[in-house]
Amino acid sequence: MRENGILRVIARFVIPLILLFGLYIQFHGEYSPGGGFQAGVVFAAGWILFVLIYGLDLGLKVIPERVMYVLTALGVLLYSLVGLAGVALGGHFLDFYPLLEDPHAAQQAGIILVEFGVGVTVASVMMLVFTLFARRRSWWDEVDAEADGEGR
Amino acid sequence: MFLVVVALAVIRVRDLFAATMLFAIYSLVSAALFTVLDAGDVALTEAAVGAGISTILVLAVLTLARRQEHPVPGHNLLALAVVLVTGAGLVYASMDLPEFGDPDNPVHGHVGSYYTEQTYADTGVPNMVAAVLASYRSIDTLGEAFVIFTAALGVFALLSVRPPARRSRARDGEEAP
Repeated sequence: MRENGILRVIARFVIPLILLFGLYIQFHGEYSPGGGFQAGVVFAAGWILFVLIYGLDLGLKVIPERVMYVLTALGVLLYSLVGLAGVALGGHFLDFYPLLEDPHAAQQAGIILVEFGVGVTVASVMMLVFTLFARRRSWWDEVDAEADGEGR
Repeated sequence: MFLVVVALAVIRVRDLFAATMLFAIYSLVSAALFTVLDAGDVALTEAAVGAGISTILVLAVLTLARRQEHPVPGHNLLALAVVLVTGAGLVYASMDLPEFGDPDNPVHGHVGSYYTEQTYADTGVPNMVAAVLASYRSIDTLGEAFVIFTAALGVFALLSVRPPARRSRARDGEEAP
């Protein structure tokens, strides 16, 4: 697929748009349909398209595997910490009102932070799962090549 | 109606690649259906998750597995009986469902009306779905995030180790081209 000119050109146009649309439904989720889950999936789909066209090695250079591991946990941690911040400031768990003075601003800030946590987790989980499956395949090919080299 | 046709096609097709594509079509048609029903958030999720990412992930799995479904000889009468009884029960239960769009439906009687009336006053967030998900039902969404995290841990635990040479050769060798 890497040598196909049409795919490369179209992907070059489309991938930034997909990533931008992912960010849009992430941060515009309170005004229009969307939210962290969908945004994370769309963002991950953009990255996976990049991997399909340019190969896994280049894709892992853009977002290294180690970063994905950290991000999966960070998203969930961000969510939980926002919840705990509500407790620390004198409310219930995941109570957003104590976060800021203005109740509406507090709710919006809480929702945005929490959705961002979900988005980060979902995006990195999807990319991680895809990476693991894709690498499994190349491992099998390597193992096959070794077995053939031994002269079966 | 088109959904039923596609669903039947998914069952009949033995080629797993074709089945995956039909599933993607199924998801896309359901997404269109949700859009017609004014459920923008659900439609977006269905289009992104059902038609998009799950198709890609299943295709990634298919590169590791054989492409043709293993044919099962004969018919499983017990399974047919179970499906028929369950289906008949569901159809019977659906006769008791309240009329679509009736304002006296139980859905509108519980906390639903509170959300519809008070969400904007409480949170100042125009998209009610986002407000309910992230604010009123925050703990549910936290659980959802943890479920996804756990799924990643499971896949990582299963697939992160390099396969030993001999065994995987035996499993991989019989794969269809």
